[in-house]
Amino acid sequence: MDTIESAAVEPTASDTNAAAGTPPPRRRRASAAPFSLQQKGVIGADADSQPLYIDRVKVQARAVSGNWRTIKWWVLGVLLTLYYIGPWLRWDRGPGAPDQALLIDMPGRRAYFFWVEIWPQEVYYLTGLLILGAVGLFLVTAWFGRVWCGFTCPQTVWTDLFMWVERKIEGDRNARIRLDAAPWTWNKAGKKIAKHGAWLLIALATGGAWIMYFNDAPTLVGQLVTFEASPTIYGFIALFTLTTYLLAGWAREQVCIYMCPWPRFQGAMFDEDSLIVTYEGWRGEPRGPARKGQSFEGRGDCVDCGMCWQVCPTGVDIREGQQMACIGCALCVDACNSIMDRFGRPRELITYDSIRNQVAREHRQPTAIKLIRPRAIAYIVVMLIVAAVMTWSLSTRSRLDVSVLPDRQPLFVKLSDGSYRNGFTFKILNMKREPKTYQLATDGLTGAEITVGGYQATPAPYVELPVGPDQIGTFRVFVRAPSEVLTGKATDFKFFLIDMETRELINHAAVFHGPGV
Amino acid sequence: MAGPEVDRLTGTATTGHEWDGIRELNTPLPKWWLYVFYATILFSVVYCFFRPAWPLPWGGYTTGFGSWSSRADLNERMAALEQERAVWMDQIRDTPLDQIVNNPDLLTVATVGGRAIFGDNCAPCHGTGGVGRPGGFPVLLDDDWIWGGTLGDIHTTVTHGIRNAADPDARLSQMPAYGADGILTREQIAAVTDHLFALRGAGPENPAGKEIWAENCAACHGDLGHGNPELGAPNLVDQIWLYGGSRAEIMAQITKPRHGVMPPWAGRLTDEQIKQVTLYVHQLGGGQ
Repeated sequence: MDTIESAAVEPTASDTNAAAGTPPPRRRRASAAPFSLQQKGVIGADADSQPLYIDRVKVQARAVSGNWRTIKWWVLGVLLTLYYIGPWLRWDRGPGAPDQALLIDMPGRRAYFFWVEIWPQEVYYLTGLLILGAVGLFLVTAWFGRVWCGFTCPQTVWTDLFMWVERKIEGDRNARIRLDAAPWTWNKAGKKIAKHGAWLLIALATGGAWIMYFNDAPTLVGQLVTFEASPTIYGFIALFTLTTYLLAGWAREQVCIYMCPWPRFQGAMFDEDSLIVTYEGWRGEPRGPARKGQSFEGRGDCVDCGMCWQVCPTGVDIREGQQMACIGCALCVDACNSIMDRFGRPRELITYDSIRNQVAREHRQPTAIKLIRPRAIAYIVVMLIVAAVMTWSLSTRSRLDVSVLPDRQPLFVKLSDGSYRNGFTFKILNMKREPKTYQLATDGLTGAEITVGGYQATPAPYVELPVGPDQIGTFRVFVRAPSEVLTGKATDFKFFLIDMETRELINHAAVFHGPGV
Repeated sequence: MAGPEVDRLTGTATTGHEWDGIRELNTPLPKWWLYVFYATILFSVVYCFFRPAWPLPWGGYTTGFGSWSSRADLNERMAALEQERAVWMDQIRDTPLDQIVNNPDLLTVATVGGRAIFGDNCAPCHGTGGVGRPGGFPVLLDDDWIWGGTLGDIHTTVTHGIRNAADPDARLSQMPAYGADGILTREQIAAVTDHLFALRGAGPENPAGKEIWAENCAACHGDLGHGNPELGAPNLVDQIWLYGGSRAEIMAQITKPRHGVMPPWAGRLTDEQIKQVTLYVHQLGGGQ
């Protein structure tokens, strides 16, 4: 068996771990990090018990305080405030227009972002935003590691909020473990009901706020209170309530570990200068329990208290090194610092720093945070270009557009005087908030005349077409041309559309079809 | 079997399978994920009890509780749609045609419906969108109307049809078969064709033909050949020919004329539908 032989010359798992600065595998212990190698069945698994499916070990995160926790609370507060306040911001767009600053009006086919109004035809601006978002994410990941995952991702923010509620109702980690193990009593049932009730209320507020980005918020709240909103609205609120409740209450770290694609490939954004949450194995090992005041001579600083994985919201043991399930929230840094303070050892055994600095510290060399790196510059350049293009195109975009659809059945009609007529469905997009009158004429067909169904019955060289504010005017435009001016089966010509008030002019290339004799 | 091999870099056990040096990591699936699969299987079983699902060997299929069917569902939706349209239909019925034309909303509803009605009933002869067909099915898009192109004319034509026995009010006119019935000789037909070409400014005058025209043709087609929609006599000096404009084709038509027929649509279509299709045809481009 080739595989066995090749495996025999490779270091065994324990050698590998030792070489990487982590301790040799211990026996399976009752209290290990939920997402540690032991729990994954990798270390200490019996020969024949390779699992195909694993149980979820419930993560009972312990409360922690410290600088990172404070930052995380602030980020959470700011983001939730923005989310809930967003739909209530007003922006005056004049009469007849919605005054909600952030609004995606699906039935009306418009999106509003403060002073910007987007028509469906302009949805490519979304592409620009997505590029900015993606490259921005790459940039902050190259700089600060999984700062998105650990601090700002909605999954993290709402899970954090739900955990806070859980802690307020059921107590901290140990109390919760005891409560879960305890037999069912009225007290336990009451706590559980209170927790899930609170979660559902938060989820309801979350789902309700989401819907308000798609409807006028004050109107909608009025309808909701009086039960006059449409079943669709209630359906969507129920959907988002349910998903919030399930994702933040139940699924939690399972979303990050098994559902989200981002953790899987963001390793490609890291380099040795990216700030990531790391355990300084050179300083911590060999680990072992310690008493207060004992000498740390000849041993590592890690006292193996387990605080780092007990506070972890995804249940990883950071001492096993960088791993996919670590969302980089830095709470273990706070936990370890509090323990190091207690033992009088230097802080930052677990630290939010780059791999390069960690190695430098190990070799007593100076450390530095390096933000200006080729990849960061590349990301910034891409973002600047995209932002510049978007700004330029947004500030110079025309608020008048036409779309012309020639009749294809038939391509042309012969009229009784021998001339030919082509029909067009002519749409004028008046994206201004005022009624407009446009003049339509043609160029390139001598003697051509226009009739427009409902507007111009007798043929005329030009016609006037009214379009209401923020509307699309659809017209049946017939152009008749004498057969002498037609060159072959297709004659190029142009439609000219002039805004009667501003003299803004649009021309649209078109083709006049004839028999081609 | 030996114990699981552990991958050096990830610390994850492998399945022991190897392809060209690449080994598969055994990353166990979380159980809840498996249960989601089971839930979808369960859903499919439950679905079978509530929806038509299995064909039966002796014919038919399992209907499921409540006997839901997509056909019945469609009928229900169509009935709901009819009800929604009823408001518009009432308006179309009660509003005269020349007023509907001036009501943009009502006109849009009427012509959109008229298009569908035209496609179902008229397009087999007149072509999709009214483009006509060779062999006597006139183009409805141009400005040449045999029986008149006003809203009222079109409405009458659609209601009663042309040259049919089913409707006593059908439009009726009959050009005599001048050649087949021996009214004119071949030479006389050639002469009157000469005169027609002269009227069109496309040939020299033929005095004999002019005389024949005045005696036989002018009553319906007019002294100058402009035709008469009252009688269904086409304009013979314009550029549009129903049965062809070559000398041979014109002579053939004089010798033994072909006559188009059209069934009456009253009774087949409702009054509102006839109004809708009239408005649709009128706005195709040639309405007068």
